[in-house]
Amino acid sequence: MNDHHDKDIDELSGIETTGHEWDGLKELNNPLPRWWVWVFVVTCLWSFWYFVVYPAWPVPGGATTGTSGYTQFKELEASQSEISARQQVYLDRFQKAEFQEIMNDPELYVFAKAGGSSAFKDNCATCHGSGAEGGKGYPNLNDDDWLWGGRVEDIYTTLLHGIRVHNDMDTRQSQMPAFGRDGLLKRDEINQLVTYVMDLSKGQDVQAQPGHVLFQQNCASCHGADGKGNKTLGAPNLTDAIWLYGGTKADIYYSIFNARGGVMPAWKDRLDEQTIRQLSIYVHELGGGEETMRESDPAAVPMTPPPAVSGAADDQ
Amino acid sequence: MAMPAFDKTEYNYDIVKFFTLATCFWGVVGMLVGLVIALQMAFPQLNFEPYLTFGRLRPLHTSGVVFAFGGNALFATSYYIIQRTCRTRLWGDKWASFTFWGYQAFIVMAALGYVLGVTQGKEYAEPEWYADLWLTIVWVAYLIVFMMTIIKRKEPHLYVANWFFLAFIITVAVLHLGNNLNVPVDLLSAKSYSLPSGVQSAMIQWWYGHNAVGFFLTAGFLGMMYYFIPKRAERPVYSYRLSIVHFWSLIFIYIWAGPHHLHYTALPDWAQTLGMTFSIMLWMPSWGGMINGMMTLSGAWHKLRKDPVLQFMIVSLAFYGMSTFEGPLMSIRAVNALSHYTDWTIGHVHSGALGWVGFITFGCLYYLVPKLWNRDEVYSLKLVSIHLWVATLGIVLYITAMWISGIMQGLMWRSYNEMGFLNYSFVETVAAMHPYYLIRSLGGLLYLSGAVLMCYNFYRTIRGDVAKNEVDKEGQPRQAVTQVYASQPVHVS
Repeated sequence: MNDHHDKDIDELSGIETTGHEWDGLKELNNPLPRWWVWVFVVTCLWSFWYFVVYPAWPVPGGATTGTSGYTQFKELEASQSEISARQQVYLDRFQKAEFQEIMNDPELYVFAKAGGSSAFKDNCATCHGSGAEGGKGYPNLNDDDWLWGGRVEDIYTTLLHGIRVHNDMDTRQSQMPAFGRDGLLKRDEINQLVTYVMDLSKGQDVQAQPGHVLFQQNCASCHGADGKGNKTLGAPNLTDAIWLYGGTKADIYYSIFNARGGVMPAWKDRLDEQTIRQLSIYVHELGGGEETMRESDPAAVPMTPPPAVSGAADDQ
Repeated sequence: MAMPAFDKTEYNYDIVKFFTLATCFWGVVGMLVGLVIALQMAFPQLNFEPYLTFGRLRPLHTSGVVFAFGGNALFATSYYIIQRTCRTRLWGDKWASFTFWGYQAFIVMAALGYVLGVTQGKEYAEPEWYADLWLTIVWVAYLIVFMMTIIKRKEPHLYVANWFFLAFIITVAVLHLGNNLNVPVDLLSAKSYSLPSGVQSAMIQWWYGHNAVGFFLTAGFLGMMYYFIPKRAERPVYSYRLSIVHFWSLIFIYIWAGPHHLHYTALPDWAQTLGMTFSIMLWMPSWGGMINGMMTLSGAWHKLRKDPVLQFMIVSLAFYGMSTFEGPLMSIRAVNALSHYTDWTIGHVHSGALGWVGFITFGCLYYLVPKLWNRDEVYSLKLVSIHLWVATLGIVLYITAMWISGIMQGLMWRSYNEMGFLNYSFVETVAAMHPYYLIRSLGGLLYLSGAVLMCYNFYRTIRGDVAKNEVDKEGQPRQAVTQVYASQPVHVS
């Protein structure tokens, strides 16, 4: 053991130790590194400056507010106002314009599609797919096959009120009977209908088939005598090769036996009016603009623009 | 001053051996679960409901590596160091033994709960009330064993490593009690509800969460560093004064920094500012430990060239320095606006966990295992070197992947076009991260492989084998001395 009166010097470094030893371990008596002390002091000074400028310490009745008057809400407002300002350039004109005007105005059309695309990815892609390609039970929005109508006004109505939404009086409503489950048709009759609609979708002549009479008796009232469907009832066109719930024999049998009835939410209480209009134009454009609005059509939705809404960014 | 004689064979090494083996076991388990959940992020099909979903396995991974691997390493090293630096046998053999079995029981209790869906839902404090109460008993026993050993010490002063261990044991007890003030639904139910609610509950949670990092993963492991680096380097600690100043400043400042986990939330602005500024002031106190560890090698840097065990320890300090710089940086509100909720946070945690906590533990174990089993060195230093490089490559892949993916994700979230619309949806950011998730998994696989290699090395060491054609840490040829060891009674716990 070292005598405490003698200095214990580390031979290698020439630095004095503290004179203690534990299990052979010693400690040098080096001073604090200067740069370490100074950086520590600077971080402390910087923090004190921060205490003055920003809200920092609790005091009776609240907290110090800081000389800058910063709050995180003001910061949020500042960044959102930048987004709103960018939208506002177009939004005033967009709100006042009707669909046809928007689609004839290249600038507004681009604006509508940009807003619609952004809203689609966050709200619609979950079911319809990020490329709007759909899936079993969820319609593909890229084709020209529309269940409830493909005019931009139709799409707008569908978006506002949804499909088979139980608490929305204006929702798209219809229900195919469950022909098998409810005992309306026998199994072999259903099988005949399956063969019939499968051939129908392939464009074959089906007049002579046994299913023809059954179809006319049970299905034609909604799907039409020619099987081309009815958009006011959401009855699909059966003459094309597009099958929402699958086109195999088993799929179609299931559809006739149990019936289908997909649901889409009503967006009127979830998204603001202008976002829904942007979405309508976006989805309409996805469908290749197959059904444009007819000039003579009186059903054009009367637009009564609500007070300014600052747009999709506010939903975040 | 005459010191009372002490025969070194009187040390209680058995308890240290138990904890050491548990460290290796839980390390491999915890890292394996980490690899599984990394793959689940890349391939969601790997989630198997209900027991093996990401939500249940994630706490299994974090608790596995932090509390099971890290905790057992802290028990092992603190029990070893306190005996050697107090020159006395560990107090209370039965108590110490209880802390081992009690702690393993806690780990199993917690892990079973996670898989079965029993959780408090607080990060790093997921175990429910019954496991919390059990851990409290075990932890008090730990404190008693540690304190009683200090009281009966035969050295006049307390070595710096023990200050850190004591701060770790006491503060973790306070944190544990504070954040687990839960009321059970009834005594036969595993479910409990947090006594504080809302933003108060969140604040307490992150006071706990941040200081679990600060006192469990920093203070405790600095205690390991302060013993094993000077021991392995055979040099005195660089500066006694620095150790005092950085110890007290670290302890004082760390405890305030929790609110930086709650920037831009319901937490009041003033509390956010305090959390952020104390995180900035924490930078140098954290670095004090790195400086003291690295500078301990001054005059002996040449030892680093040939000794992979020392390399592990010094690389761990480099990662420690990096992540304790990154932490204050990320606590700045403006930086946090970009980094928060992204993979950058995950990368930051892992540079600290894999680089600092993992590497200092590996380095210490490579020193400790031969000492405990009375060998002059591990089975193969070459394997240690391979472990070092495989694991380092793993960390580099992991953290760079997370930096890129995190910053990309943060930038995609806030990106909007000239018309004021968001450019990307959430799911597009997830899709963009897929390649980085793969790289992260590869990094994790490498890191896990290194740990398995270490276990093999220890198995051969404990058996008494010495690898052929190897040199020791001074570069001198090692002799195969298997037969010498074999002739001695080898006591393996």
